[in-house]
Formats: sequence, structure tokens, C-alpha cells
Amino acid sequence: MTTETLSRPVVQPAVPPKKKGRAVGQAATQVFLIGASILWLLPIAFALYVAIRPYSDTSKYGYVSMPHHLTLQNFKDAWTQSDMKHFFWNSVLITVPAVIIVLALASGVAFVLTRVNVKINVALLILFTAGNLLPQQVIITPLFRIYLKIHLPHFLSGSGLMYNSIFGLIAINVAFQLGFCVFVLSNYMKSVPEEMYEAALVDGASMWTRFWRLTLPLCRPALAALATLLTTWIYNDFFWAITLMSSGDKRPVTSALANLQGQFVSDQNLIAAAAMIAAVPTLVVYILLQKQFIAGLSLGSSKG
Amino acid sequence: MSSTSQAPPAATDPPKTDRRIRRRRGVRKLTRRDRIVVALLLGIPLLLDVAFVWIPAIGTILLSFTKWNGVGSLHTTTCKPNLPSILNNGCVYGVQNYHQAATIYPEFWPAVRHNLIWLAVFVLIATPLGMLFAVLIDRGIKGSRMYQSILFLPVMLSLALVGIIWEFMYSQNLGLINTVIGRNGNDNAIDWLGNPHLNLWAVLVEACWRQSGYVMVLYLAGLKAVDPTLREAATVDGANAWQTFWRVVFPVMKPINIVIMVVTVIESLRAFDLVYITNKGINGLELLSVLVTSNIVGETQRVGFGSALGVVLLAISLVPICAFLFQTFRREETRQ
Repeated sequence: MTTETLSRPVVQPAVPPKKKGRAVGQAATQVFLIGASILWLLPIAFALYVAIRPYSDTSKYGYVSMPHHLTLQNFKDAWTQSDMKHFFWNSVLITVPAVIIVLALASGVAFVLTRVNVKINVALLILFTAGNLLPQQVIITPLFRIYLKIHLPHFLSGSGLMYNSIFGLIAINVAFQLGFCVFVLSNYMKSVPEEMYEAALVDGASMWTRFWRLTLPLCRPALAALATLLTTWIYNDFFWAITLMSSGDKRPVTSALANLQGQFVSDQNLIAAAAMIAAVPTLVVYILLQKQFIAGLSLGSSKG
Repeated sequence: MSSTSQAPPAATDPPKTDRRIRRRRGVRKLTRRDRIVVALLLGIPLLLDVAFVWIPAIGTILLSFTKWNGVGSLHTTTCKPNLPSILNNGCVYGVQNYHQAATIYPEFWPAVRHNLIWLAVFVLIATPLGMLFAVLIDRGIKGSRMYQSILFLPVMLSLALVGIIWEFMYSQNLGLINTVIGRNGNDNAIDWLGNPHLNLWAVLVEACWRQSGYVMVLYLAGLKAVDPTLREAATVDGANAWQTFWRVVFPVMKPINIVIMVVTVIESLRAFDLVYITNKGINGLELLSVLVTSNIVGETQRVGFGSALGVVLLAISLVPICAFLFQTFRREETRQ
């Protein structure tokens, strides 16, 4: 009691000036962040603005002008004239299987590397992780040759080769993203307590049961976060589609936009609309699953 | 007597000794079915990774010593120096590819320069900006969630989309920037994307726009993991926010700082999409990644030469990759 009354007068004088400084600091922070947010939204807002104005308006008055008409016709045209439905379907055909396969394979590897005492565990983990850190251009030259050499049956690939096939794109996306997922999942699985496995062993659970019934359900948060990340990354992929897919109509939507740029170079409003449409899936993922997305990134950057 | 005196210790011991025995036995006593499961779970992904990532990586290194245009097969004979290219195909060329890249290939040194500039801008501008955003948002002021969402939004967009969107900002006669500063007439327009002195910086603005959001989220995750008692102790000791951050929080975040540095370097070396969608990587926007690609697509392929450029990229990338692996797995080994 005496110590409290003694100490309080010492602390109190320090508080008011700090509080005033804090208020100024907070206001400055708000102003800075509001300014940054406006700047950050500006490009997207501007492109959207161009997309909702008809070509006749912008060619007369330029992009930076008050709107005389607003229209959704550009979106309709982008959807029909440039066959976007087809490209979206290609994207779905590539992204969905790739995400499922990567997660399935990566969880298996992570399980083995964390629970089974293989001697070269760390070396294999390093192998997988480093595989994802390489820039894509380092491996493209031989990969291109490999893809031209592997023959596929016709039900898997229209061209008979791995090159220029959806199967080929799925395969490379899976192989390339495997490392990151193995890394994240193995970190996550390490946090499963050993006692659970002992109990399972006592119950006579086989390796598969321990994996499928015990580990995987516990990893659901990590799997959800990774699924969100992977969907975005594989959907946004540009390089593999550009280099390993020659024909225009099998390309996924992100790389098809590059063709559109050439095709509709005179109608920039349509290109803006097409770009907005192509951005929709990732924006939907973002709005619905922002927490999972960010959780996935933090899992990947820091250790469990 | 001896048995009863042994019984009580035995009653408390079983969990430990049993566990040790079981763990050792558990490894050796894998049933046959278990072994098959392990082999499949590990083997298939390993095969995939080795086949599509590591064999091409090694292949790049090996191919860089050859001269091959993709047609015909590859031999292990050495190229004869005086024969024309059409006959000198599919042969071992030694380090000539590297020599040619460094001496007579006009885009090589500009590309290296641009890659270094890209890296410098990321390290000096994009990453600190992202860290600044993270620190400010971490203070928990009102509207933090909204700011975070807005600043992170560009990361969700494909880089190709980013390039297309910014073309409207940079458009010569109609773009926002030129119109606002009044230089959008036909004779005084600034050609942001076409002028080889300006376009790299214009594209770098786009790249930073996206990269800082990414760094912000990574750094925020690290900041949230910092023990709050550390900060409280600093505040009690009378430190202001600035001192608290630099003297207390920043040193503790050393692992995250390293990860972010590595991510920054790797992302800057990966730059391809933005440059390609803007002008296919010519005229001031040359990058090593684009050079590699331009040597393998199209009719005239120069597989050996492109591989040599890829090896240069690989060599530069190995520095941050090894830093990351060392940082991550050294802690792994000390933990085990």
C-alpha cells in the first residue's frame, strides 16, 4: 500500500506528454495511411472507370473526363467477342486439379518427412523447398525440350505431346508448387503432439490410417490456407502458360489476355473490361477468404 | 523382496521406457503395408519434383555448354570452330556461350544492369515501404483492417493484369498521369512505357505497388508473433514508439527480416510477367528472365545459349536461396 502510493506519483507525470505525442502520431499515421490507400486504389479504380465508359466517349474526351454515358457493354463484348468463357474454363481445368493434387501429394510427403524417421529427412525437405525458390526461367529450357519429347495418349492431350496440353500445365504447376506446400505442411505437422501417434499405434493403426484419419483432419487450417494461396497463384500464372502452351485457345485466362491485347489494340475499353473480368475470381477469393490467404502466407514465412 | 522394491519404479517407468522402445521399434517394425504406403507417399511427389524441377535445373547447366538449335539430336562431340552453324549443331561448345553472352550479345549487360536496378529498388524502396505499412498498421489504429485490405489488394492480381491496368495510367495521350501533369498533347507527351530511359522506372513503380503489400503482410505476421511483454517492458522503461521498434522489436525479428530479404531478392529475380506484358522485354526493359525465354520460343531456338543465360540467373539466385535454406534449416537442426 505504501509502495503503491509512493510509486504512483513517480509514474503519473510521464503519461500526459506521451499521450499528447501519441495523439499527434496517431493522426499522422491515419493521414499517411489514407493517402497511401487512395494512391493504391487509384490504378484499379481508373481502369474500372475506363471499362465502364463507351469507346465513343473516351476517344472524344479522353480517359480523364467526366462521364457522359456509362455502360456495361464493354463487359458484355469482352465476354462474348473474345471468348472469355472458354478461357475461364481452361483456367478452371488447370487450377482445380492442380490445387487438389498438390495438396494431396504435399501432405503425404510432409507426413512421411515428419513422422517417419527416414535418415535423409532434412535433405529431402531442403530439396523440395529449394525447388520452389528457383526462378521459373532457370528450368524452362530443358523443360521445354522434355515437354516436346513426352508423348501422351490422345484423351489426355489434344496434341499428343505434353507440350501444348492442359495436362502438361497441371503437371508443371504441381511440381513447382510442391516445395512450398511441403515446407508449410511439414512445419504445421510438427506441432501435432507425439502422444496422439502413440495412442494410435497402441490401437494398432496402420501408417495410412495415421495419415488419413489422424493427421490430415488436424491440418485443415493449413490446408485451407494453402488452397487459397495456390488457387490464386496457379490462376495468376503467366509464364508456364506462355511458354508451354502454344495455341491460343487452350490457354488459361491470364495469359489469354496477352493475346487480347494484340487482338483488340484499338478498343482499349474492351481490354480494360476484360482485365476486370479476369480479376474477378481472385477478388472473390480475396473477399471471402482473406484470412486464410494471409494465414497461408504467414505459415510460409515464419516457422510454426 | 527385490521384486517388490523394483515394482514401484516399474509402475512409474513404463511410459518412458515403453515410449523409447516403441519409437525405436516403430521405425524398424514398419509392416510391409506401411512400407508400401511410405514409399508411395514419398516416392511419387519426389519423382515429380525431381523430374520436372531438378532434372531440368541440372539440364540447364549441362546444356549451357552445348550449341544446339533444337532440331536433330545432341552429340557429345566438340563443335568444330570453323564450320558454319548449320553444320555445327548438337555439339559440345565449352564455355563459348558464356563468352558470347558477355561479349557480343547486345542485350546481356543491359539485362544484368536492369536486374540489379530492380533488385536495388526492391531492397531500398518496396521492402522498407512494406515494413513501414506493417509497423503503422500494427499500431492498431482505427481502420487498420481496411488499410491492410486495400494495400494488399494488388498482390491478388496477376502481374499480367497489373501491367494491363497500369497501361491506362501511363497511356501517352489519354492516361491519368500525363493528363494530370498536362503533358498529353501529341508533341509534348511523355512516353512512359516506350522511352527506354523511363520505362524501367515506370514498370518498377508497378512492381513496388504490388511488392510492398506482400512485404507488409509478411512483416505483419512477424510483428504479431513478437512477445507483447517485450513491448510492455520497453514502454514501462520509458521508451517511445520509435525506440521501442528499433531497439526492441526489430532485433527480435531477425528471422523474419532474413526471410523478407530473401523473398525480396527472389521476387526481383523472378520479374518477367510485367515486362513481358508491357512490351515483350525489349527497348529498355530487358531482363535476364526475358532473355532466357526469347532464346527458346520461336523458330530459331538457341538452346545452349539460352541455357547459359539461365545458368547466370541460377547462379545469382543461389545466393538468396542458400541464405534462406541456411536460416530455416539451421534452426531445424538445432531444434532436433
